[in-house]
Amino acid sequence: MRRADSAGLHTATGAYALHALPDNERGSFERHLVDCGACAQEVRELQATAVRLGLAATVRPAPEVRNRVVERIRHIRQEPPPVAQYRTHRLRRLPRFVLAAAIAVGVAGGVAFWQYREAGDALAGAEHAQAGVAEVSRVLTASDATYTSGRTKDGARTTVVVSRERDQAVLLASGLPALPKGKVYQLWFDDAGTMRDAGLLDGDTRTHTVLMHGPARAASGIGITVEPSGGSAAPTSAPLMLMELPA
Amino acid sequence: MPVPRPARPIAAAAEHGPSADALLVQVARGDQDAFGELYDLVSGAVFGTIRGVLRDPAQSEEVMQEVMIQVWRTAPRFQADKGSGMNWVLTLAHRRAVDRVRSEQATVDRDHKAALLDSTPAYDHVTEQVEARLERQQVRRCLRFLTQLQREAVTLAYYRGLTYREVAELLGVPLGTVKTRLRDGLIRLRDCMGVEA
Repeated sequence: MRRADSAGLHTATGAYALHALPDNERGSFERHLVDCGACAQEVRELQATAVRLGLAATVRPAPEVRNRVVERIRHIRQEPPPVAQYRTHRLRRLPRFVLAAAIAVGVAGGVAFWQYREAGDALAGAEHAQAGVAEVSRVLTASDATYTSGRTKDGARTTVVVSRERDQAVLLASGLPALPKGKVYQLWFDDAGTMRDAGLLDGDTRTHTVLMHGPARAASGIGITVEPSGGSAAPTSAPLMLMELPA
Repeated sequence: MPVPRPARPIAAAAEHGPSADALLVQVARGDQDAFGELYDLVSGAVFGTIRGVLRDPAQSEEVMQEVMIQVWRTAPRFQADKGSGMNWVLTLAHRRAVDRVRSEQATVDRDHKAALLDSTPAYDHVTEQVEARLERQQVRRCLRFLTQLQREAVTLAYYRGLTYREVAELLGVPLGTVKTRLRDGLIRLRDCMGVEA
């Protein structure tokens, strides 16, 4: 059964390389690509082949286009390079009661349930912090909650859960290295390239579950920097990690 | 049928590949002059790719601008180990052109499959038109080594921006067949052109 499914997906490499998969099928194929190295290699080769079809049709654009583009990029900020790979999990289709129930009974088994488990961990962390539990859990169980998670280079795991409807975000971090005295982790919302203060991670625990300060809806990403105690008005050091939020 | 392999690598890849990569590295650091050079290097292929899909010159110029601005914005995310710079830019260009075509279909005639069929010229005509425009002999030559169905499917998908489902409907062929033909057609082209990635 599984075999047949992945064989079916595998034949989609050509359609994928040609951008000929409808949106709903593209998502599942891209998830398949993550685990199928051979497919990813074939996609790269077939994409390079498709590109040759484009190269073959070379047409010079009007010179004014160049002037317009070159003028416009002078005012456009570039995106930061990726710090680490993050995956996004959209929970929109999960009924809220399922998630709530999963947390309540502490469901812990099965690959398909890992999101629930993570939410359960998060909730446990939140209870431990004894502050903003209700607020945090409302974001975690919001019907439009999206997860973006991954690891920073030094191995800390970070997950941000955003609810656009609630206009709030929760950051979960574990394994962040302890900081020297006088330093603190500070959170930022990325407003199209401008970093906006979103609060500090206090205490010296390695695990954090915090409601980020300020509205989350408009942010295109979040970042974490190390700042002097008390925090800064703007980042004074290179970010430990930057995560793009799903649009 | 044995597929002939090229005697030498195609000039385009050799000329464009490395320098687009090198320029992208500079562009990623915010170098605007390097961006100008990159533009000069890739714009013909980018515009050709977009216009192939969109047809309309004004609309193609619009998408061209969007693509080049996206290249500027996202250059820091370009990863040379995942493929050449030229491939990255052209894949992005094709994606944007296809998105534009589909969004227009969505607003105009998503509900009217018949309209899609009507507004799309007969496929043999499409193939002919595209081939007539192809400047590079090798692509034209290699396209000839595809079966008719492979060639029709690949050209409709790439040059017209159709989904494989639309291609299947247009050609009156089962979905699975079109999917397979797109794959084995591209594989045959890859082998004929000696593409590596």
